[in-house]
Amino acid sequence: MSKTIKAADAVARIPDGAVLMIGGFMGVGTPHRLVDELVRQGKRDLTVIANDTARPGVGIGKLISAGLVKRAIVSHIGTNPETQAQMIAGKLEVDLVPQGTLAERVRAGGYGLGGVLTPTGVGTVVADGKRTLEIEGRLFLLELPLRADFALVNARQADHIGNLAYALTARNFNPLIAMAADVVLAEPQEIVPVGVIPPDAVMTPSVVVTHIIAKESAHG
Amino acid sequence: MDDKLLIASRVAQELRPGTLVNLGIGLPTLVAGLVPRDAHIFFQSENGIIGMQSVPEHGLEDDDLTDAGGRPISALPGAATFDSAMSFGLIRGGHLDVTVLGGLQVDRNGRLANWMVPGKMVPGMGGAMDLVTGARRVIVAMTHTAKGEHKIVDALTLPLTSSRCVDLIVTELAVLLPTSAGMVLKELAPGVTVEQVQAATGTRLIVPEDVPTMGTVQS
Repeated sequence: MSKTIKAADAVARIPDGAVLMIGGFMGVGTPHRLVDELVRQGKRDLTVIANDTARPGVGIGKLISAGLVKRAIVSHIGTNPETQAQMIAGKLEVDLVPQGTLAERVRAGGYGLGGVLTPTGVGTVVADGKRTLEIEGRLFLLELPLRADFALVNARQADHIGNLAYALTARNFNPLIAMAADVVLAEPQEIVPVGVIPPDAVMTPSVVVTHIIAKESAHG
Repeated sequence: MDDKLLIASRVAQELRPGTLVNLGIGLPTLVAGLVPRDAHIFFQSENGIIGMQSVPEHGLEDDDLTDAGGRPISALPGAATFDSAMSFGLIRGGHLDVTVLGGLQVDRNGRLANWMVPGKMVPGMGGAMDLVTGARRVIVAMTHTAKGEHKIVDALTLPLTSSRCVDLIVTELAVLLPTSAGMVLKELAPGVTVEQVQAATGTRLIVPEDVPTMGTVQS
């Protein structure tokens, strides 16, 4: 059974109010066609879990500019003044999470862990309301797992059954979020026959990928 | 010499051959261009690479190869790329030798605030909290004051980045060593007096008998 689906059809399955994990770091490694389609279809009240909100007009910044995001769980918004303005105006709830903690919370969500213990944030405002544990004389924060309804993944290559390989620094959060959502939408730059990605080079196994976003056909 | 270049070149002297170094966005980024080519220092960028080097020749940029600010970079032979969990595993797990970060405030003992000014500017901590908590050595590279306001202070008024104290502060006026007893004046920038540094500093400096001039110290 083919997993391939058009971007518009994939996004049509995302309801308003959905929790989305979106790959990318300052827009690099973000699935741009899926993001554009979210804007085109005007999906509202989204919760976005991602590293950052990029810049206005770039990647996740497009969702912010269009006013589609109600809550963002991110590590950095400094490059997007619109995110800060919406936050200050009370239109957008922003949970700032240290970047390494965000990666581990997503990993915990995808790997079936009840949380992670990290020294990052101990003694800072990040620790407010969280349990602190002393392990072998050192203090750690208990950080809870994150999961999403949909993961929007960018990959360099997908094969026909959905094995994924990533490109350079575009990998970032993509393999982590591909493990942590109920529905995983993979937007590859290239779709190749099974076997073209050697087993050793597969970074996300096909079993976790729900749909591969079809290339726009040059043949109409 | 330009203030920022002066700071960056003094920081560059702190980096040892064969080490793994992370440079924060802004002023710290200048350090990469000031270390000798044969120093074999590996620079990490927290978006997922060890072995980054400066912007490639125009026309050779790769959209999928950028620094943490999203700008095109290139990769040295021997470079490695990885996901964000491994990137922060390297940082938090004690594998990163040095991080060089900017600062908004540092207190007399070396506690750093560098991720938000409540009500004014909320960029978020990004990787800063993990870097300060996990790197073996933390160097703050910053201008000594901000619009006349002290940045080196007795007690922080801005939210803390990490309960771990930083190891060294380099400004355009001085090199400072935070200790449990207070801020020690280690070196003076060329042409700068102890009195000038003290006037620009919001905590009483501990001044040794001999304070050498910055940049003349053998590294």
